[in-house]
Amino acid sequence: MAKLSANKVNLYYGDHHALKDVSLAMDHNTITAFIGPSGCGKSTFLRLFNRMNDLIPHVKIEGEIIVDGEDIYSKQVSVDLLRKNIGMVFQKPNPFPKSIFENVAYGLRVNGISDKNFIIERVETSLKQASLWEEVKDKLKKSAFELSGGQQQRLCIARALAIEPSVVLMDEPTSALDPLATHKIEELVFNLKEDYTIVIVTHNMQQAARVSDKTAFFYLGELIEYDDTNNIFTKPKEITTQNYITGRFG
Amino acid sequence: MTHLESELKKIKDSTLEMMHIVRTQLSKGKEALMTSNKELALEVMHNEKRVNGYELLIDNSCENVIACFSPVAIDLRFVLATLKINYHLERIGDNADGIARNVIDIKEQWNDELLRKLELVKSFEIADEMLGYVLDSYENEDTSMARKVFEKDKFIDHITDNALTTISEYIKANHSNVNQDLYLLLLHRKLERVGDLVKNIAEEIIFFVEAKVLKHKKGLEG
Repeated sequence: MAKLSANKVNLYYGDHHALKDVSLAMDHNTITAFIGPSGCGKSTFLRLFNRMNDLIPHVKIEGEIIVDGEDIYSKQVSVDLLRKNIGMVFQKPNPFPKSIFENVAYGLRVNGISDKNFIIERVETSLKQASLWEEVKDKLKKSAFELSGGQQQRLCIARALAIEPSVVLMDEPTSALDPLATHKIEELVFNLKEDYTIVIVTHNMQQAARVSDKTAFFYLGELIEYDDTNNIFTKPKEITTQNYITGRFG
Repeated sequence: MTHLESELKKIKDSTLEMMHIVRTQLSKGKEALMTSNKELALEVMHNEKRVNGYELLIDNSCENVIACFSPVAIDLRFVLATLKINYHLERIGDNADGIARNVIDIKEQWNDELLRKLELVKSFEIADEMLGYVLDSYENEDTSMARKVFEKDKFIDHITDNALTTISEYIKANHSNVNQDLYLLLLHRKLERVGDLVKNIAEEIIFFVEAKVLKHKKGLEG
């Protein structure tokens, strides 16, 4: 059974048909990249998996989004529990105005966990998973704003991991970072695959090629091609995919 | 180890495995020839498919790394060199297969005296030694090992030149077994070709490790 899947999904922002009959399935412990030009629907599609689009007015969604075999848009599903299971990292690092420690502990406290030792342990584990521990272990009480942009983004990843989700969605997580910080995040994402299912939206095609197992190419709201990343970047089946990845448009 | 490093390591490991197989193919080809062991020759012919399989695998892996990682500097040279090494190894495998096919084709007993004069076994031994050098050199990125290959190749060329003269004289004096004599000439040519291919591999290793291009530059190998 696939970890995440979409079945004939259509999404409308008012009259605008933003996603057209999109179906795809993503396996456990894989990294899937969504690529495509601006406005192609890749971020909209990503946000479906933790119901972030629910917050946007005049959105209409048709079709099924399945996580671990369950339609997450059914009435029985708790959005809070869903988002605990499906973490998200955004384009710009968005640490809270709190200490480094409290940023990571935040999700645990919100979820009612008060066991101090457990929180300390989770914070350390999450920071280690996010490859940030060595850089911050001696200044956990300092403000998160004292960190560099790349460190802040890894802190946000640690914050997402602290509540032990099984899926991490990343919406252009390195677009605000310099090449070195980008490289660190890419290596981190690659290593996280062992424990998580990761979906990453990126406008950087080389990033998709470097980090992902599978790549989905979106264009004008349609899923044009979805295949092993190696195949997409060496022998795409669709001419539109080829034209996009070779820079002939977009 | 970064993601790219782990992908490059996989390519290197596959190439080393292919080198070992090709070396074994050549060594079994020699054994089959010297002992007229047709079963062993068939085994070499059968294993040629494995060599071809490795060629496809390594080609594909190199293609993927170039497309997905855009390697630069030593990483790029490694991938480019390995693509060519892969091609040369497959050709050496073809020659081992050709030797095995000759073993199957030859019906007569070898003329031992002629065989000794031609130093065919010596050529096999040098080719094996050369393969050992490039294997070590590629594995340890040690170009001093690769450079040993150039002198050795000259020995094989020398033996092949002598063999041509010897066989030509032998045919003039003895018309009884021309078929076998011509086969012996073919075998020498195959080994000479193997020597050239191993030399090409050595040049590629030097290109990868030192960024030096030795192709078409006679006498600069040292």
